[in-house]
Amino acid sequence: MAEVLVYVDHVDGAVRKPTLELLTLARRIGEPVAVALGSGAAGTAAVLAEHGATRVLTHEAADYADYLVVPKVEALEAAVAAVSPVAVLVPSSAEAKEVAARLALRIGSGIITDAVDLEAGDSGPVATQSVFAASFTTKSVVVKGTPVITVKPNSAAVEPAAAAGAVEALDVAFSEKAHGTKVTARTARESTGRPELTEAAIVVSGGRGVNGAENFSVIEALADSLGAAVGASRAAVDAGWYPHSNQVGQTGKSVSPQLYIASGISGAIQHRAGMQTSKTIVAINKDPEAPIFDLVDYGVVGDLFDVVPQLTEEVKTRKG
Amino acid sequence: MSLRIVVTVKYVPDATGDRHFADDLTVDRDDVDGLLSELDEYAVEQALQISENSDDDVEITVLTVGPEDAKDALRKALSMGADKAIHVEDDDLHGTDAIGTSLVLAKAIEKAGFDLVVSGMASTDGTAGIVPALVAERLGVPQVTLLSEVAVEGGTVSGRRDGDAASEQLEASLPAVVSVTDQSGEARYPSFKGIMAAKKKPVESWDLSDLGIEAEEVGLEGAWTKVESAAERPARTAGTIVKDEGEGGKQLAEYLAGQKFI
Ligand SMILES: Cc1cc2nc3c(=O)[nH]c(=O)nc-3n(C[C@H](O)[C@H](O)[C@H](O)COP(=O)(O)OP(=O)(O)OC[C@H]3O[C@@H](n4cnc5c(N)ncnc54)[C@H](O)[C@@H]3O)c2cc1C
Ligand SMILES: Cc1cc2nc3c(=O)[nH]c(=O)nc-3n(C[C@H](O)[C@H](O)[C@H](O)COP(=O)(O)OP(=O)(O)OC[C@H]3O[C@@H](n4cnc5c(N)ncnc54)[C@H](O)[C@@H]3O)c2cc1C
Repeated sequence: MAEVLVYVDHVDGAVRKPTLELLTLARRIGEPVAVALGSGAAGTAAVLAEHGATRVLTHEAADYADYLVVPKVEALEAAVAAVSPVAVLVPSSAEAKEVAARLALRIGSGIITDAVDLEAGDSGPVATQSVFAASFTTKSVVVKGTPVITVKPNSAAVEPAAAAGAVEALDVAFSEKAHGTKVTARTARESTGRPELTEAAIVVSGGRGVNGAENFSVIEALADSLGAAVGASRAAVDAGWYPHSNQVGQTGKSVSPQLYIASGISGAIQHRAGMQTSKTIVAINKDPEAPIFDLVDYGVVGDLFDVVPQLTEEVKTRKG
Repeated sequence: MSLRIVVTVKYVPDATGDRHFADDLTVDRDDVDGLLSELDEYAVEQALQISENSDDDVEITVLTVGPEDAKDALRKALSMGADKAIHVEDDDLHGTDAIGTSLVLAKAIEKAGFDLVVSGMASTDGTAGIVPALVAERLGVPQVTLLSEVAVEGGTVSGRRDGDAASEQLEASLPAVVSVTDQSGEARYPSFKGIMAAKKKPVESWDLSDLGIEAEEVGLEGAWTKVESAAERPARTAGTIVKDEGEGGKQLAEYLAGQKFI
């Protein structure tokens, strides 16, 4: 059967959820062969096998951490040569997209970025994209080469499916180009203990209406009661109330959770670009004319400092 | 010493307008006003700052690949302070995808001559965020991308890249391709003097033959990808909106419980 390469996003062997979603999508078009690179790569095999990887190609080298992007491109290029896949699927993180793009160019293929769904078509995989701030849905195909497709988090429900997951060492020889951009220092982001923003099932976001860094505790308390991630609008981030890594929108993260709760956010087009594909949208805003209300499944016109704490209490009570 | 910077800027339909696809499933450019992609203003700004902080002789060229109107985007960048502009324009470019765009940009950058390419983090229409990496691959030079801070000194470019899991400090020798995020620093507004001066700055026009590119390599026909359908997202059915009269939080909890979120 046709094989599909799946690029594994992992941190020291811990596979991130979007990769498991990719394995689910990959099975619609063929047999998934996973490629895991860098420190801890071999440790990914068990979970990849549980999610349908028939083979796991691994390569560990310091080069992946010490140099930007290109070592990963060269490893994937080697994997494509070894496997001759019918498609290459990559998670839509900022770095993985760059890896995918350069790979596409090297193997003479087209690239589709930020797919939100994938199905088998008559002449290869058909990718769905949600474009122009999610106001249009397009379906596209790659017409030259081996389709390279990057897929956004939360594009599919993870479905386990046991497979062999045979670990094989991938042979990679780095060119001089791989060492062009040195990573001279790295500071890991501190964990908040909350779910990862792009992967969370529920996201609770605050905007300019939160009116101060200290007030974000109101948003955090609601998030914690629901087991949610915390997001912020650019206005809140620019004001220094919340870190940029939590920004939702065109120049922040794009999220697609089951539930998105926006408090004190007006709903500017650039914010909508990052959350409009959420399944259920709820907003709390004191301005009944705020554009965010055009998007909501449920909206409360009111002061967030009244509504949000009451909601948090009620959630806690109901959860017992 | 001299430093030649090429800033790539895209002309895009205004995101606050009613963006649409044309019958051939390319972006309908007649329906909505175009402008310089806001995220490329940050690229122009960083190029200007590199120039201002440099002892070298710095020349900043802004480059766009786009239709006739794309000259507006170049004028805006010139009025911010860039020195000259190159417009790659050709009817055969209509419908070019990211791989094709990177080919045209790379050929134009090579023809212009460069030590540093500065790009935006993503366009505001396609938003792929891959063109800078593609251009670096084509030019065979290092990519130092998605920087929130950038500095050039003694033939080396360095910067900070804030990723998902970590913040990284990067370094590469010139020539190189850089892309900058909207965290890199507010872009300046063109001054009246800048706007007047821009009118006199040179804008060169190149077509595919100037770059030695065949029509089949680009455009809709030459694209590596094909859009098969584009449908407007159905308007969301009007949601329930309640006014808080003291019970708003409880009503919302009731709704969330009904949807099985609690
Ligand atoms: C190139 C570019 C990229 C951008 N990228 C992003 C992005 O990634 N993400 C993003 O979010 N924005 C982005 N923006 C900015 C965007 O245009 C808006 O400025 C921003 O989203 C506004 O944030 P906000 O909704 O929090 O603030 P505002 O628009 O000021 O809205 C605040 C809202 O809070 C309400 N409010 C105030 N007090 C209360 C209260 N006590 N209770 C309830 N409601 C209250 C007000 O009624 C108002 O509706 C970008 C802009 C540009 C030009
Ligand atoms: C909604 C939509 C979806 C698309 N999806 C795909 C897709 O999946 N695959 C694909 O191959 N193509 C796609 N395209 C086409 C693609 O957007 C264009 O070919 C575009 O020129 C390159 O991609 P981008 O705009 O996403 O640029 P990005 O990669 O987001 O741009 C990054 C930077 O590159 C520079 N740049 C990009 N284009 C130009 C230009 N024309 N002139 C000067 N500088 C430029 C700018 O500095 C910009 O900030 C899509 C287009 C649209 C409108």
